[in-house]
Amino acid sequence: MTDMLLPDGGIEDVPTTTRADWQSNQEVRWCPGCGDYSILTALQLLMPDLGVRREKTVFVSGIGCAARFPYYMNTYGMHSIHGRAPAIATGLALARPDLDVWVVGGDGDILSIGGNHLIHALRRNIDINILLFNNQIYGLTKGQFSPTSERGKVTKSSPIGSCATPFNPVSLAIGAEASFVARTHDMDRHHMQEMFKRAYEHPGTSIVEVYQNCNVFNDGAFETITKKDVRDDMLIPLCHGEPIRFGSEGQFGVARYDGGVEIVEVAEVGVDALLVHDEARVDPSTAFALSRLAENPDRPTPVGVFRAVDRGEYGEALRGQVDQMATDRGEGDLRALLHSLPTWTV
Amino acid sequence: MTETSAGSLVPEVGRLVIRFAGDSGDGMQLTGDRFTSASALFGNDLATLPEYPAEIRAPAGSLAGVSAFQVHISDHDIFTPGDAPHVLVAMNPAALKAELGTLVDGGTVIVNADTFNERNLAKAGYDHDPLEGDDLDAYRLVGAPMTSLTKEACKDLGVKPRDAERSKNFFALGLLSWMYSRPVEPTLDWINAKFKGRDLIIAANKAAFSAGHAFGETAELSDHQLIVRPAELPAGTYTNINGNTALAWGLVAAGQLSGLPVFLGSYPITPASDILHELSRQKRFNVTTFQAEDEIAAVGSALGAAYGGLLGVTTTSGPGIALKGETLGLAVSLELPLVIVNIQRGGPSTGMPTKTEAADLLMSMYGRHGESPMPVIAARTPADCFDQAIEAARIAIEHRTPVMLLSDGYLANSSEPWLLPVVEHLEPIPIEFAGDFNQVDENGDQVFWPYLRDDNMARPWAIPGTPDLMHRIGGLEKQDGSGNVSYDGANHARMIALRAERIARIPVPDVEVSGDADAELLLVGWGSTWGAITAAVRRVRNSGRKVAHVHLTHLNPMPANLGEVLSGFPKILVPEMNLGQLVRMLRDEFLVDARPVSKVSGQPFTAAELQQAILGEIGDDA
Ligand SMILES: Cc1ncc(C[n+]2csc(CCOP(=O)(O)OP(=O)(O)O)c2C)c(N)n1
Ligand code: SF4
Ligand SMILES: [Mg+2]
Repeated sequence: MTDMLLPDGGIEDVPTTTRADWQSNQEVRWCPGCGDYSILTALQLLMPDLGVRREKTVFVSGIGCAARFPYYMNTYGMHSIHGRAPAIATGLALARPDLDVWVVGGDGDILSIGGNHLIHALRRNIDINILLFNNQIYGLTKGQFSPTSERGKVTKSSPIGSCATPFNPVSLAIGAEASFVARTHDMDRHHMQEMFKRAYEHPGTSIVEVYQNCNVFNDGAFETITKKDVRDDMLIPLCHGEPIRFGSEGQFGVARYDGGVEIVEVAEVGVDALLVHDEARVDPSTAFALSRLAENPDRPTPVGVFRAVDRGEYGEALRGQVDQMATDRGEGDLRALLHSLPTWTV
Repeated sequence: MTETSAGSLVPEVGRLVIRFAGDSGDGMQLTGDRFTSASALFGNDLATLPEYPAEIRAPAGSLAGVSAFQVHISDHDIFTPGDAPHVLVAMNPAALKAELGTLVDGGTVIVNADTFNERNLAKAGYDHDPLEGDDLDAYRLVGAPMTSLTKEACKDLGVKPRDAERSKNFFALGLLSWMYSRPVEPTLDWINAKFKGRDLIIAANKAAFSAGHAFGETAELSDHQLIVRPAELPAGTYTNINGNTALAWGLVAAGQLSGLPVFLGSYPITPASDILHELSRQKRFNVTTFQAEDEIAAVGSALGAAYGGLLGVTTTSGPGIALKGETLGLAVSLELPLVIVNIQRGGPSTGMPTKTEAADLLMSMYGRHGESPMPVIAARTPADCFDQAIEAARIAIEHRTPVMLLSDGYLANSSEPWLLPVVEHLEPIPIEFAGDFNQVDENGDQVFWPYLRDDNMARPWAIPGTPDLMHRIGGLEKQDGSGNVSYDGANHARMIALRAERIARIPVPDVEVSGDADAELLLVGWGSTWGAITAAVRRVRNSGRKVAHVHLTHLNPMPANLGEVLSGFPKILVPEMNLGQLVRMLRDEFLVDARPVSKVSGQPFTAAELQQAILGEIGDDA
């Protein structure tokens, strides 16, 4: 419908690019040591491999440390207002299906003030990729608890501990009918890139939760599970079609239990008892059960693609209606419209 | 006297105001609408005022559940739905009780006599039957057993009695059509088209309509017959249009005139929803409608679409504007085209959602954080909503700015004959997307500066997808020109000044004074008060007194000649459906002693009220 707007070179002949082509000329202004740097690097290094054009790529963000992201990408970008990026991206993606639209934001931005937009974007399944940088804190406003902060979290606004139960973003997304949900962390570039690529390739809304360290206001929040020496025992990689198994020796696994799933010792139950991961399973209950294995990232936590189902992209359906109405009733004729109610001539 | 098609001689009147009132479920809006349509096709000038309760179905038979529709038909040009009705159709006791006070002395009361039973009388709070006592002595009463005659007429059609009863509004319509010599074909045609495929309903409605028509003759109501001759209107093709439909069509037209697809992001709210509905039916004009999860997402999606190069529009009412406020600030900062439509209603809060008010002017002007200037325009009549929708889009696109378009519940739902514009005469809206670098950097490299301004002081509209022009925009303050994030105080001051100046410099047409340029008193209006002011000014001038009127379409910026016009009149009155908002702006801007005339009762001004206000100011005698 918007063909007239598209100076489209198509997907063929996409110029070869390097990381440098994807870096803007803006100075990166996160605190030294912030996890956001490694996420930025991972993505800038990945972009040349996606075979996409810079001018066809748009990053939309809200407000927060994470939300500064678009400034650093040499693409089109909009640093909008707190929480509203999914809504703005929705309009852009509906208007311009030729674009690759990414949303980047923090846990406060996307899950608190923007929570409503998030769940509706996921429900509709518009083709946007949402990267949720979860540092379990409000970074930009200097350290208040966020909707992912654990109960009891002591911050400036909760001096004797927060009383609120946190969201588990993966559970939330699955509950909101998300068609693609993944989790990764800022200490593993390769895994991040794999997840971002999968998110990019998914038709419909994809959300990737990235555990991100805020070394100033919430340092080490994910250390228990992401530090190099504990990772093997604390991260549960989800690989489609494979039994879910982890541990330095592969000694642990995940099996069905009492309508949900539980962590088991392989030696005790045997390999055949392990749950084989099926990210494409339409019924979301197993993916949801997996997301509940760890309420907080302080015990073995699954990472990888929880769910990837194809259930029809919203924009295509909506634009289809525009085309269908034009086909069924003919292209709009303004004069005919103005004369469509009873008329009389003087 | 005019001879009717039936051959009888019927007295003529120049104009007639009829008010249809009944229970919410009685179909009075539809009846009024059909009567209006027939009158329009007959050639009358007309204006309508639908009034319905906020509840979809308030308790049946209660005063709160009364729904009314007033129509003013005439043989000359008119501007309002009329002050006091000459004819009241009351479908039940509650409608009679609620509406009788509005009727002129000696007016005609037509009631559905079947409904005046003990139960309904009690529900309406009558302790006696007004049809029996002396309540109606000052009026001419026509009692018609509409329910039973309708049932009787449908008896052999195989329609269930309960379904037949539903057709009683067509009985009323038939009766009125006979009394006031309306053509019957438009109504019959409409019934056929509307209920196509439901033959029983068609048959029942037609039977009821004919029974009503026949009742007039058989009950010998001929001394009630009147005719209002067609009005002499300028030559051309007309349609009867309400404000919301005109506004929706104006947005479609703006898309066609600019060649841009239209993107509407909206969240349902009375009285704006009908624009969403209408545009959802017009997708073949390359219109996308997106029903968002809330008003914030609605405006956000429209802004996203505008960033992508579409004509972004969002429609709502006051509460929705409040929610959109932060995003409007972003739109001001991003300098992207966006049309925001506010169909105002009674506030604050949910207020009187189905009643009209125009108290969002100051919010439109100043209701955002920071220095956040935005053009504001207001439509004056239902048909004018079409023109102003185009005007809003034109300003937005040419000047790369969000534009607030104000209408209100009255304009939204009331209708008038509209001399249809010739499509070929509508002026195209030129579009210019940036395609090239526009600056050379210190290294001598070609670069793109998103905040470099053109002659209109508008920045380039560089849409994603344009090769080489990749850039980032956002809500943080930007360096003048380059658009890079800047926290420099002097630059911020300059950007604020530039944003103010570029809106202040938007050219808008001068105001024209109507009435007597040498009058002592000038009325200044905006929005839907145009009709009542125009009618009141005409009456006063017809009585030999002098008075003048200017009406503002452009509220920000204001017409360049306005200050000079104001200074030519010793007295200035500003009628508004609020407690005095434009009046503050005028006093502030022009240091004039303008005074407010307020009405905030949920109904538009009547001409009589304003006539009184004018005479109060210039004195009653010549
Ligand atoms: C409407 C509005 N409310 C509040 C703020 C202040 N604010 C800015 S960022 C932020 C939270 C940031 O936390 P998060 O989204 O987790 O991002 P992080 O900084 O941690 O990356 C808040 C409360 C704002 N900019 N706008
Ligand atoms: S405050 Fe935390 S999240 Fe923000 S930039 Fe610094 S380290 Fe990163
Ligand atoms: Mg955060």
